[in-house]
Amino acid sequence: MFTILSKREMAQGTVVENVISAPRIAKKALPGQFVILRVNETGERIPLTMADTDPEKGTITIIYQVVGKSTALMKTLGVGDSFLDIAGPLGKPTHIEKVGTVVCVGGGTGVAVLHPITRAFKEAGNKVISICGSRTKDLLILEEEMAEASTECNICTDDGTCGYHGFGTDLLKGILDSEKVDLVVGIGPVPMMKAVANLTRKYGVKTLVSLNAIMLDGTGMCGCCRVSVGGKTQFACVDGPEFDGHAVDFDELVMRLNSYVPQEHESMNLFEHKCSCASAK
Amino acid sequence: MTEKAQKVSRQPMPEQAPEIRRNNFLEVPLGYPPQTAQLEASRCIQCKNPACVKGCPVGIDIPGFINFISQGDFAGGIAKIKETNALPAVCGRVCPQEAQCEGQCVLGKKGDPVAIGRLERFLADWERNEGVVKLPQKAPSTGKKVAVVGAGPAGLTVAGDLILKGHEVTVFEAFHKPGGVLLYGIPEFRLPKEILFAETNYLERLGVRFECNFVVGKLASLQELFEEGYDAIFVAVGAGLPTFLKVPGENLIGVYSANEYLTRSNLMKAYLFPQYDTPLIRAKNVVVIGAGNVAMDSARTAMRMGADSVKIVYRRSREEMPARVEEIHHAEEEGVQMFLLTNPVRFIGNDKGHLTAMECLQMELGEPDASGRRRPVPIKGSEFVMETDMAVISVGAGANPLLTSTTPELALNKWGYIIGQPDTGKTSMRGVWAGGDIVTGMATVIQAMGAGRQAANSMQEYLTLGW
Ligand SMILES: Cc1cc2nc3c(=O)[nH]c(=O)nc-3n(C[C@H](O)[C@H](O)[C@H](O)COP(=O)(O)OP(=O)(O)OC[C@H]3O[C@@H](n4cnc5c(N)ncnc54)[C@H](O)[C@@H]3O)c2cc1C
Ligand SMILES: Cc1cc2nc3c(=O)[nH]c(=O)nc-3n(C[C@H](O)[C@H](O)[C@H](O)COP(=O)(O)OP(=O)(O)OC[C@H]3O[C@@H](n4cnc5c(N)ncnc54)[C@H](O)[C@@H]3O)c2cc1C
Ligand code: SF4
Ligand code: SF4
Ligand code: FES
Repeated sequence: MFTILSKREMAQGTVVENVISAPRIAKKALPGQFVILRVNETGERIPLTMADTDPEKGTITIIYQVVGKSTALMKTLGVGDSFLDIAGPLGKPTHIEKVGTVVCVGGGTGVAVLHPITRAFKEAGNKVISICGSRTKDLLILEEEMAEASTECNICTDDGTCGYHGFGTDLLKGILDSEKVDLVVGIGPVPMMKAVANLTRKYGVKTLVSLNAIMLDGTGMCGCCRVSVGGKTQFACVDGPEFDGHAVDFDELVMRLNSYVPQEHESMNLFEHKCSCASAK
Repeated sequence: MTEKAQKVSRQPMPEQAPEIRRNNFLEVPLGYPPQTAQLEASRCIQCKNPACVKGCPVGIDIPGFINFISQGDFAGGIAKIKETNALPAVCGRVCPQEAQCEGQCVLGKKGDPVAIGRLERFLADWERNEGVVKLPQKAPSTGKKVAVVGAGPAGLTVAGDLILKGHEVTVFEAFHKPGGVLLYGIPEFRLPKEILFAETNYLERLGVRFECNFVVGKLASLQELFEEGYDAIFVAVGAGLPTFLKVPGENLIGVYSANEYLTRSNLMKAYLFPQYDTPLIRAKNVVVIGAGNVAMDSARTAMRMGADSVKIVYRRSREEMPARVEEIHHAEEEGVQMFLLTNPVRFIGNDKGHLTAMECLQMELGEPDASGRRRPVPIKGSEFVMETDMAVISVGAGANPLLTSTTPELALNKWGYIIGQPDTGKTSMRGVWAGGDIVTGMATVIQAMGAGRQAANSMQEYLTLGW
């Protein structure tokens, strides 16, 4: 049973953290890997990166943004409730090695995915400079955890309510101009990852991005998660989710992420309608 | 006896009418009522040396179970079948009987063979509807532990066989439910899932443990399963790798692999969206590329999802179509059109990335190729454009490397399939057997079960005598 042991709301309730009992997965998972879970019998298979694992306690941590029906449904689960299914660890773990200086750029909920990777790069003896960004102060997540996981941590917000006033890419440019960087890891919304990759390309600095393509099985069986990398079709679930940012076709990824927009709206409207009916009773 | 066989003709199976069934996901053939089953059973002449049995890959005592039906002892009949086949309700429905048991039946020489598959289905359905599925006697516990990787027909057969021999059996399955292709590939209207659940439930009652959501190669390797105390492992992970055409535009929205399309629809029940959360595009103008059973299943699913037009696009001619005759017949009855000697060369989309059309080339048949079938060759200048808002690619499957790439000890052939010894399924790795589609490439349910049976026998020998 995949029981929820703790629940924390962040970013004004738009982001939720769950610590879940999943002893076998916790023992095996490495930074960068994800799970696919299902809330209930009618639920879809939702891919989520593990933001943390504790092999001793037998737990995994997920941090998800509430964006549609399934994540809204997940938010209704409390401590003591369980997920029906969790499969994992899936995907290739991040290749962690000592390279010198690593800059980790995270946007929005991407910071949650970036956190264990940041920590692992630091533990491997790298100088790790992190940049955590969001639209506004209240939407920032894991600032303290990221500060602890990195050698140096920078905060930025689009509206200037916290840290640097502007985009993470501005900060990244400053760093690239002032020191030698060996690797950049960029994880966040697709436009952000695209901007990071476009910037680092000019500097010739290797850049990893994590692709959140729509997935189904997560084992390379269906091809739903296909992405174009260097002109070749790859399956994000088994060949990734991390890829060389300079080779990724981000526009195609954005396009494919929009495959089911009408259905997603239909599903969400129905869910909100049911919820408001239930609470009106 | 012989006289009687000539008097009674092969009993037809009642079916849902095409114009009704193309709008629902309920099963198409409805099954024999008991009187019809008995009448059909009376046609069997009870051969002393029955040819039909040799045509069945698991060697069911066919005259034996048919005799029970003739006498009205349905409980006796199903018990007879279950001595050798754990999944009769499935096999009765999806076996290509014309190429197996019924293809060998002596009555087929002069007239129509006995409807063995339909009778098998009848008994299995009768038993399930009675609600008294009898459990056979298990051998005393041996203390040995067997791991089965993959809960498709091959894996389920090994589990069913070895649990009866007194071993402890755990089936590890990547998906959240057991069944393999029977669950995520073959649609409800051909194989109601309730039947599959009854069959896996039966195995559970026999004591088989299912560990779902368990991706072997990720959560544990084969080596690690041995370290956890398993004495023997059967690998039956199927041929789960989609084949794409590698033509431009294949990543447009609306282009699916058959694996994705059918998994969304069957396993995730997307045809019941929005009661079920998984979405699926409801297209008007569907093309399905390929002409095997998988293509027919995709086409008939798209029809039921409300398409105005569904076309099978196939580069060879009708004779080469690999699907069962019955599937093609059912598809055409439901309004699926055949575009033969046609090959897609490019998908075309709009500015939002949605598929709008497919460019094709007309083909003609040339010299025979390696497969012995005449090779389709493009006719120069025959390009034409077909309007479509959804394409399902069903041109075959390959070996998924997820497990094998983490297990260097397993010898593979040049296509990545596991090499198993022909009569036993023994692999190059000590204590490991393999069978089903991961050894042969995509074949049939009953062949996978046959491979499971052979492996189970060999594993039993190993567990009692050694490698
Ligand atoms: C490998 C991977 C790791 C991820 N890790 C995280 C994470 O740590 N935290 C987090 O908040 N989100 C993560 N995501 C994204 C998360 O899976 C989606 O936000 C979620 O599926 C949305 O479901 P929904 O029903 O709430 O929203 P919907 O309304 O269904 O969808 C909203 C958007 O999410 C995307 N989406 C929908 N279904 C899927 C699907 N089956 N797979 C992937 N994307 C989908 C689409 O772009 C869609 O437009 C990850 C995705 C992938 C592929
Ligand atoms: C759409 C479709 C229609 C078909 N129609 C017919 C028909 O009418 N008649 C017929 O005889 N045959 C038909 N076939 C073929 C038949 O279904 C297959 O030959 C048969 O299912 C193969 O059985 P299997 O046990 O080898 O593998 P599968 O049925 O493929 O099962 C393999 C199982 O292993 C699991 N798995 C994979 N990797 C792992 C892993 N790493 N760890 C754990 N589990 C894993 C999979 O999730 C799956 O459940 C059809 C196939 C398809 C796709
Ligand atoms: S299992 Fe298949 S081949 Fe064997 S008797 Fe039954 S229908 Fe025929
Ligand atoms: S070959 Fe035909 S007639 Fe003879 S036993 Fe088998 S089913 Fe009966
Ligand atoms: S999710 Fe099916 S192949 Fe990646």
